[in-house]
Amino acid sequence: MTAALLTLADSRLPAGGHTHSGGVEQAIAAGIVHDPRSLEVFLRRRLTTAGSTAAGLAAAACRAAGRDEPRRASLARLDAEADARTPSPALRQASRQQGRGLVRVGRRAWPTAAWDDLPPHPHHPLALGVAAAAAGLGPADAAQAAAYLSITGSATAAQRLLAMDPITVATVTARLAAEVDAVGAGADQAAAGGPAPTDGEPGPAWLPAGTDPLLDLLAEVHADRDDRYFAS
Amino acid sequence: MPPDHLLDDYVDPYDDPAARGHRHGPLRVGLGGPVGSGKTALAAALCRTLGAELDLAVVTNDIYTTEDADFLRRNAVLPDDRIEAVQTGCCPHTAIRDDITANLDAVELLESRHPGLELVLVESGGDNLTASFSYGLVDVQIFVVDVAGGDKVPRKGGPGVTASDLLVVNKTDLAPLVGADLDVMRRDAGAVRAGKPTLLISLREDPAATEVAGWVRQQLRSRAAQHA
Repeated sequence: MTAALLTLADSRLPAGGHTHSGGVEQAIAAGIVHDPRSLEVFLRRRLTTAGSTAAGLAAAACRAAGRDEPRRASLARLDAEADARTPSPALRQASRQQGRGLVRVGRRAWPTAAWDDLPPHPHHPLALGVAAAAAGLGPADAAQAAAYLSITGSATAAQRLLAMDPITVATVTARLAAEVDAVGAGADQAAAGGPAPTDGEPGPAWLPAGTDPLLDLLAEVHADRDDRYFAS
Repeated sequence: MPPDHLLDDYVDPYDDPAARGHRHGPLRVGLGGPVGSGKTALAAALCRTLGAELDLAVVTNDIYTTEDADFLRRNAVLPDDRIEAVQTGCCPHTAIRDDITANLDAVELLESRHPGLELVLVESGGDNLTASFSYGLVDVQIFVVDVAGGDKVPRKGGPGVTASDLLVVNKTDLAPLVGADLDVMRRDAGAVRAGKPTLLISLREDPAATEVAGWVRQQLRSRAAQHA
């Protein structure tokens, strides 16, 4: 199933990710990201907060998608949990926009009944979890993909906006690989750590809930700009 | 030995009705071409000329968010709810060809807002001669170049020039001023376009874009005939 995981994490998967900078456009505007070192620090910050949260939700959604009942209720609950873990309205919208994009490609690339049980315009990690399940992957894979995707889009955006050396940017993400793996594995374990879902509840209290006020603030300031290149 | 390349009994897994969905919605016309060639001016002209007879809307792919959208509001008499601008993450070409998600979102939003929509113009951000639209996003595409870019542009080719459904050479009024030979442009375009049409126009002299509007009407008619 490695090829399915690689496909899911490939930036060429046409799910709309390339129009989102994960906050890096505003971080650059604010002077927070300006060179490889500051980019690495920013990506780590993103990985361990929003990335970890997304990874936990993706793993839980993958597990929910793999069960026939009560799939719809579980996914709806997880969508609400994603809202609760995403205080910034701009980031909620960005997540749902990317979720919608992934559903569009996912439901044709990996047809399965679970797509119909997602709420309309689901949060991105939910779409990712369903896509992983539909592609024959497990919750740990979904979490890994979410953790990885939490930094790659931002890295590419920084490369474009700062005209950075692409090899340097590839090096930055390569250096973070072990941390990405650890965040994915940790989130998967957390998502699996709750009690067995006897009443359809996936045990959301065990899901990672890391947020970063800086990312929230950057996203809100960014959303008000008229002169942005990226959707978020 | 490689596997056989046999298609006889092959069930097409890509023949998905959902993928053909936009064939039954509004006609989607891509407007591509280099920066400054007149894409937005052509979009505005088409809106003015066709707006009275067709239910239409426009998607813009600006470098920044609202430049072209603002131009259309002023010049095309289009209300705000018929113009959607998408952000392209510094890659206007990617947004119309490789990952069309943001543009599909915009088209679907316009469709949901205007259920009777008949025509959507999708205007690309200015790009180079290799720019082309994915047919997952548009039904037909118009590539706009201009005379001031030099009369060798059609000869240089590129997917926009050679493969677009209609090539528009704009600003013919400037030909004497920039020393461009329109006959050369017409002949070179004909040579690389394998019979597909080319129109040489001047939006300054014909702000209604009469010929291009006629071509768009023809596209609508032929699609209606196909689905009749």
